[in-house]
Amino acid sequence: MSLDSVLDWWVNNDRLIDLLVSSLGETVAMVFMAGLIGFLFGIPLGVLLHLTKESGLLSNKVVNKALGIVVNIGRSIPFIILLVAIIPFTRMLVGSSIGTAAAIVPLAIAATPFIARLIEGALLEVPAGLVEAAQAMGAKPKQIILKVLLPEALPGIINAVTITLVTLVGYSAMAGTVGGGGLGDVGIRYGYQRFDAVVMMITIVILVVLVQIIQSIGDYLVKRVDHR
Amino acid sequence: MIEIKQVNKVFYQGKRAINALSDINLSIAEGAIYGVIGSSGAGKSTLIRCVNLLERPTNGQVVVDGTDLNTLSNHDLTLARRKIGMIFQHFNLLSSRTVFDNVGLPLELAGTDKKAIKAKVDSLLELVGLGDKKDTYPANLSGGQKQRVAIARALASDPKVLLCDEATSALDPATTQSILDLLRKINQEFNLTILLITHEMAVVKSICSDVAIIGDGKLVEQGAVGDIFAHPKTALAREFIRSTLDLSIPADYQARLSHAKTATTHPLVRLEFTGASVDAPIISQVAREFHLDISILSSNMDYVGGIKFGLMLAEFFGTPSATEQAIAFLKENKIDVEVLGYVA
Ligand SMILES: Nc1ncnc2c1ncn2[C@@H]1O[C@H](COP(=O)(O)OP(=O)(O)OP(=O)(O)O)[C@@H](O)[C@H]1O
Ligand SMILES: [Mg+2]
Repeated sequence: MSLDSVLDWWVNNDRLIDLLVSSLGETVAMVFMAGLIGFLFGIPLGVLLHLTKESGLLSNKVVNKALGIVVNIGRSIPFIILLVAIIPFTRMLVGSSIGTAAAIVPLAIAATPFIARLIEGALLEVPAGLVEAAQAMGAKPKQIILKVLLPEALPGIINAVTITLVTLVGYSAMAGTVGGGGLGDVGIRYGYQRFDAVVMMITIVILVVLVQIIQSIGDYLVKRVDHR
Repeated sequence: MIEIKQVNKVFYQGKRAINALSDINLSIAEGAIYGVIGSSGAGKSTLIRCVNLLERPTNGQVVVDGTDLNTLSNHDLTLARRKIGMIFQHFNLLSSRTVFDNVGLPLELAGTDKKAIKAKVDSLLELVGLGDKKDTYPANLSGGQKQRVAIARALASDPKVLLCDEATSALDPATTQSILDLLRKINQEFNLTILLITHEMAVVKSICSDVAIIGDGKLVEQGAVGDIFAHPKTALAREFIRSTLDLSIPADYQARLSHAKTATTHPLVRLEFTGASVDAPIISQVAREFHLDISILSSNMDYVGGIKFGLMLAEFFGTPSATEQAIAFLKENKIDVEVLGYVA
């Protein structure tokens, strides 16, 4: 499979190219929508995990333990099983268990506890002295979260976003196999079921490039906001 | 301005109780610069953190500006804290904010409008001498500059009290002095009451009007700085005073020093002047009266709160009996004399 054969293939396969483009769109939609929803729930969850810790601002052993268990359960179910297990829930939520919209549900559910732990880790990096200083100057808990903890953890949070999106690119390929569409779906249908190695290679290359772009943007943003 | 009454603090490490503070009573007058000194683990940080209830005392009262903080609701405590500034050993500036935004943070928290924040922050940065650094991030400042930003930040909400927990411990001596000068300036300019925690007697000596010494969670001694230096009552107090003027014997002298007194050797003595010592030109008197030649090897004399004190290492050249009489005379004048040995 030389470069020539790839190019040759490219000019002779208009229809496939359309398919790849729309699949890329589906992948991007799945990854970013699931990421967005995951962060909507994952960030507050991570913040709560951090705050309810023993030495935390709103220390609460029971809540912390309970949240920890929920998050751990979410983290320990293999994605491919989660995907199938929650099909009834997915159907209830989006009216169907196949298609890109249906794939976003399990992706978001898998992403949420993952993000929560990453956010918790990022918040842990914020020196306790800063919270103390804010308390000493009369900051309310909400102000400490919004003006101290989150801004100080921002580089770590952006890192968490990057890691999550990259992970979701991988998961989205699995979601594709159960009818979610996207590049992973194309790769498997053509590459595995029809033995079309060229299509599989192209999907791989596109996925690699996508991951590279996400990582580079993430790294750039971290550099921009990190003043430590 | 600050009343600490019968404060106790017990920490539990598993089942083990640590008495970090035991029955502490302190009264700090408005406008004072009050030093608390103690060695590591004595409970200094715990004490100062009790003053704004970052740490709640196990029992006892903390009254700041007439308000018993322990009786306040969380909301009122938050408001009360805005009148109590605090600075820290490690500055605790937000790395995500510029100098300007760090100083403006307390005002932002209080909901002050942007224009008023700008006016206040600009004037504070002028005060601490960092007018040209307002758009810099803390990571690009020196330790001394960071502490200046922290001081400006602590002053932003016009506090009546400033708490300093080892504020100069991470700084070199020259920078320490400049930060102490700044603290003295704001103390006078704003009649700000300052409670300052340190393990360095030199800091107490240079700016405090009063001092309390704590050891092992207990208040050992307290009073005006001059009085403590003049009449230290406890061994711990004497130790801290001495630590400001540590005089050691030079290595080559140490090598030549022997315990045996012979005809050809002469004594090396350490003289300690304290507040109790008779204030007179004693060295020249001794030399004249006992026909001694006195060679001062090194000396560290200081003047605090109207008293002279210090240490001196000197060799006495004279007949053995004259030397003995001289030492007796010095002792009569309440100068501690210790013969360290005999030098050939
Ligand atoms: N949160 C805590 N939990 C348990 N023990 C504590 C806690 N904070 C302080 N201690 C203990 O209380 C004692 C006093 O500590 P503190 O930090 O007040 O000392 P310090 O005088 O400030 O010392 P340093 O000069 O080293 O800062 C120490 O024995 C310390 O181990
Ligand atoms: Mg301390």
